[in-house]
Amino acid sequence: MATSSDILYSVRNLTVEYETRHGVVKGVDDVSLDIRRGEILGLVGESGSGKSTLGKAMMRLRNGSARITSGELWFDGQNLMELSERQMRDLRGSRLGMVFQDPMTSLNPVQRIVEHLTETMLTHEPEWTEEEARARAEELVERLGIRRERVKDYPHQMSGGMRQRVMIALALALNCDLVIADEPTTSLDVIVEAKFLDLLKELRDEFNLTILLITHNIGVVAEVADRVAVMYAAKLVEIGDVNQVFEKPLHPYTEGLLKSVPNIELDSGALYKMEGSPPDLSSPPPGCRFHPRCPYMMEEVCPIYDPPFAPPEGASEDTRVACWLHHPHPQKVAIGA
Amino acid sequence: MSPLALIFLIIGIPALIGLAYIFVRGSAGLRRYILTRIGLLIPMVFILASLVFFVMRVLPGDPVRSSLGPKGSAETVARMREQLGLDDPLIVQYGRFLGDIVTLDFGNSLTGGRRPIIDEMSERFPATLELVIPAAGLALLIGIVGGTLAAARRKRPFDYALRLYSVVIYSIPVFWLGLIFQLVFGVRLGWTPIAGRIDPVIATTLERTTNILWLDAIITGNWAALWSSLSHLVLPVVTLGLILSGVFLRLTRVNVIETLQMEYIGAARARGIRERIVVGSHALKNAIIPVITLLGLQVAILLAGAVLTETVFSWPGMGQYLVQRISSRDYTAVQSVITMFAMLVALISLAVDIVYSLVDPRVRY
Repeated sequence: MATSSDILYSVRNLTVEYETRHGVVKGVDDVSLDIRRGEILGLVGESGSGKSTLGKAMMRLRNGSARITSGELWFDGQNLMELSERQMRDLRGSRLGMVFQDPMTSLNPVQRIVEHLTETMLTHEPEWTEEEARARAEELVERLGIRRERVKDYPHQMSGGMRQRVMIALALALNCDLVIADEPTTSLDVIVEAKFLDLLKELRDEFNLTILLITHNIGVVAEVADRVAVMYAAKLVEIGDVNQVFEKPLHPYTEGLLKSVPNIELDSGALYKMEGSPPDLSSPPPGCRFHPRCPYMMEEVCPIYDPPFAPPEGASEDTRVACWLHHPHPQKVAIGA
Repeated sequence: MSPLALIFLIIGIPALIGLAYIFVRGSAGLRRYILTRIGLLIPMVFILASLVFFVMRVLPGDPVRSSLGPKGSAETVARMREQLGLDDPLIVQYGRFLGDIVTLDFGNSLTGGRRPIIDEMSERFPATLELVIPAAGLALLIGIVGGTLAAARRKRPFDYALRLYSVVIYSIPVFWLGLIFQLVFGVRLGWTPIAGRIDPVIATTLERTTNILWLDAIITGNWAALWSSLSHLVLPVVTLGLILSGVFLRLTRVNVIETLQMEYIGAARARGIRERIVVGSHALKNAIIPVITLLGLQVAILLAGAVLTETVFSWPGMGQYLVQRISSRDYTAVQSVITMFAMLVALISLAVDIVYSLVDPRVRY
């Protein structure tokens, strides 16, 4: 188990609720997660699993009707839930950065690249001069492999890959400690994606970044992440070291996810397809949320009792899984309860 | 120099300098676009002028009958028709009219003293300008500030109040609002004059150069005239400005709300940019583009005269003039005025397009 000083950001029992036409829906349900200093943590899950909601909630960003109803967000020793909106704003962009999914729409179309950068810098460091900010902006952009002169461009004059690098530059402008990258490569083509991921790894070392990489693409996680967390139906189902999880997934959902990735070497003919579809979050199934789709479902336990998110029997504290298969004596729990 | 020419110089010279600057600095595409638009101006004005010319002739009634009245003898009518050139074949009259347009000397009007049309417009157009420009400015100010604030406080009492205001103000007839203002501020409170452009006694002391009275008063240092002219302006400008503000408010509000949903707004917030700047700069700059179009259209329409406002406040502007001359079938006056408006509308819409390309870097011509 990592010591507390190694942990940069700690989500504790976070619940986020949405107002919908069908009533209140929990987009994130009692999620706890630690992000260690300097790591790249991959957060994977299907669309609608709540991973983006979790990412936005971690910055306490307004997100439609979503509201954080309970939980704590500990960032570098302070509980963000106790900060005022003003204090929170001071952290955003200076210590907590975010890279959004679609670089085409996440830059202001009527603002030049350099203005995005200098505005962010001067907002947090008002004593810097315009020239200093501009010089730093050019330097940063150049470091990310974009020609210095291009800072004068408007977003629409740049390619998707360049814009995504600009988004990274914005997070680096004030040396954010934590960068939450929400599907940063989804709208990029494969070659640009690979380059971008390499860059991300380089920058992590160079700028001492900690990165939460939210993605539905498990291949991206395999490429860059140190650890991986798997989300299913608003809950975390598994977290662990990336090699370990990929070699020996504990949760049947993780196993299914890994099996459904196309593999050139292993020509097994038909692609594996997980049965069923994710549940409707307005009325999630009782017990383990994955049980209706689970090949290992145990009739007398899984549909009734929600599995704890805990280290499996005999494994290290670093791994956690929410599955009765890995918790001692589920039957006993069932009978005892 | 005629006041009309002077006004066109006052507006035209800075506009030309601006155009030249944009022309030189702009992309080749923008240059081509400007040239094309200016080139299109000629056929457009020609078509419109021709249309007006023939439509006026098709309308029942004619200027001679309407100025002589039913008592005019057949002989007088015939003589007058000949004098005014109305006996000539239509094609000759049409040729004469086109000649007038090309030389920008619109000839004399057929009714009301048969003065040169340039002189008549020299009195009327500055009056309209004096009324319309500040009214549009007021409407724009209320609309943009109010609309943005309402959008930022969406679904809160302030927003509901402003939305109610915009619907109510938009549906109130302008003459009714004008009359109420006259009654309250002019008659009951006695704060402002209720009609006309200036006190008639003071007016005799004012030397006219542009016929924009407050400007003339400043030029000649006639402070009594300045005060009188400005106090006469208040009610009509506020009336027209308020009426117009409803549309601007709603349009701004809806566009700012839409823009606030954009991802780059969320991204700006995620960078810790202050909400005031997120709304007032990031969102507004993107939302303002359709508002510019509306402004251009509204000003163009109003320059043709805010007939109702002018009537309520006895404001001797273009609207009143045009209505009067249409009913007396003053062919040359109507033709000339409409031709001038066609040019104005075309130029304003060109200006709007150019402003577009300045505000939105994505617009490329």
